[in-house]
Amino acid sequence: MATTVIPFGPQHPVLPEPVHLTLKVEDEIVKEAVPALGYVHRGLEKLADIRDFHQMITVCERVCGICSMIHGTCYSQSIEELMGIEVPPRSEMLRVIWSELHRMHSHLLWLGLFADAFGFESLFMQFWKVRERIMDINEATAGSRVIVSVNIIGGVRADLSPDQIRWILSELEIVEKEVKAMQDTIMNDYSVKARTVDVGYMSKEDAYVLGAAGPTLRGSGVASDMRMIGYGAYSELDFEPVIETTGDCWARSTVRFREVIQSIDLVRQAISKLPEGDIAVKVKGNPPEGEVYMRVEQPRGECVYYIKGNGTKHLDRLRIRTPTFANIPPLLHMLPGCELADVPVIVLAIDPCISCTER
Amino acid sequence: MLFTPTVVKNLLKKPATRKYPFEVRDPFPKYRGELVIDIDKCIFCGMCSRKCPCQCITVDKTTGTWTCDPHECITCGYCVDACPTKCLTMKDTHRKPMTEKTTWIEQGTPPKPKKKKAAPAKEAATKAEKAEKKPEAKKVDKK
Repeated sequence: MATTVIPFGPQHPVLPEPVHLTLKVEDEIVKEAVPALGYVHRGLEKLADIRDFHQMITVCERVCGICSMIHGTCYSQSIEELMGIEVPPRSEMLRVIWSELHRMHSHLLWLGLFADAFGFESLFMQFWKVRERIMDINEATAGSRVIVSVNIIGGVRADLSPDQIRWILSELEIVEKEVKAMQDTIMNDYSVKARTVDVGYMSKEDAYVLGAAGPTLRGSGVASDMRMIGYGAYSELDFEPVIETTGDCWARSTVRFREVIQSIDLVRQAISKLPEGDIAVKVKGNPPEGEVYMRVEQPRGECVYYIKGNGTKHLDRLRIRTPTFANIPPLLHMLPGCELADVPVIVLAIDPCISCTER
Repeated sequence: MLFTPTVVKNLLKKPATRKYPFEVRDPFPKYRGELVIDIDKCIFCGMCSRKCPCQCITVDKTTGTWTCDPHECITCGYCVDACPTKCLTMKDTHRKPMTEKTTWIEQGTPPKPKKKKAAPAKEAATKAEKAEKKPEAKKVDKK
């Protein structure tokens, strides 16, 4: 059988962001996939040379267009660790609330895009309709829909009033009801299962060896969630990582769906345990010489920040490893052997955030 | 088939969207829409230009001008937090689309130089001058 080469991307209807895959196809079966990245490289890490460490938060928030809050939290936490700042407990809990809201809206966005990838347009609309309520919560409490800009070194900038907390809880009840109404469709619907079950299989060992992260890893049955290491206020909350064991696209979508429900629960727990007190401490001086390695759990998986300070207001080095970067080798492992029509579903199943990856 | 009840419900309900340009949702009070300055209250300390992460604000203490490039502004609100006289605020609606790029210049009355605070005033002025050079260079590039 002759080999045909089919270019996939950088512009493709299912791809929200540009990534190029060269697919070597034999009779509709993919034999090899070669990725090409670098279409949206922005050089954000280098900006640490000309922006001071306070201003870098806004840059870090713009690494990802979906989970800006968690990038900002990770950066502020690493600077706080480097400078030895004790953050007020209320601000840590507020960070958890916004982080979980971001995880929810990121997963709902992905569930919609995933439904769109296998041609279920009305499910896509339904998920995005639910997501709009969370965007409203972000806008009303933090001042912006996606780039919330609430993190500062030493705490947060916005506080939640009792009225807002009551409103958030009532909105979350509606969100939970509407999301649970979709549960049967995304997990058990015949046409959804036909496109996702046994597509893009990856075993537990392969997922671990290839260094997968986040729902891609947990969908294969590895219980790895960075929130379990208890950064921020997560140590005070009660939860278990969501795992599925089938290792296919269905498992990855189910993990994300269940994580939305889990995040609603975590926001409720965080609100019930929200301590009184200040939301920020004043920060004086510059980060001292030293290195910090910080890991947080993003909607897409484990995100790593490496920071090196040199005693001035500029950082020596800022290195960001985003979860999608870790998920590209597993993707290349999943693609060979699948049908050409399943490629969009498999590519989307890792939740590719290419702008994150290329920074 | 499992999706049918949702489809039927959606058919019977009102649309979830608004007819946007004719019907606009009330803005949330905390929303960071657009930067507003009350130039009479401004003391030209230059705190906003130093805190701004995108360096879109230029303050000239000697002439009493406050300049902002509204297209560079990311509406993060750091300047609002830093302003000592609270002359900077955020509007809760965002700016209307523009057809041309503009530079927003506000002219106020510069503060009278005091003998005691002469040294920091000079510093601020030199910093403002340094910052001012950048937008000028950009303008030349565009032409």
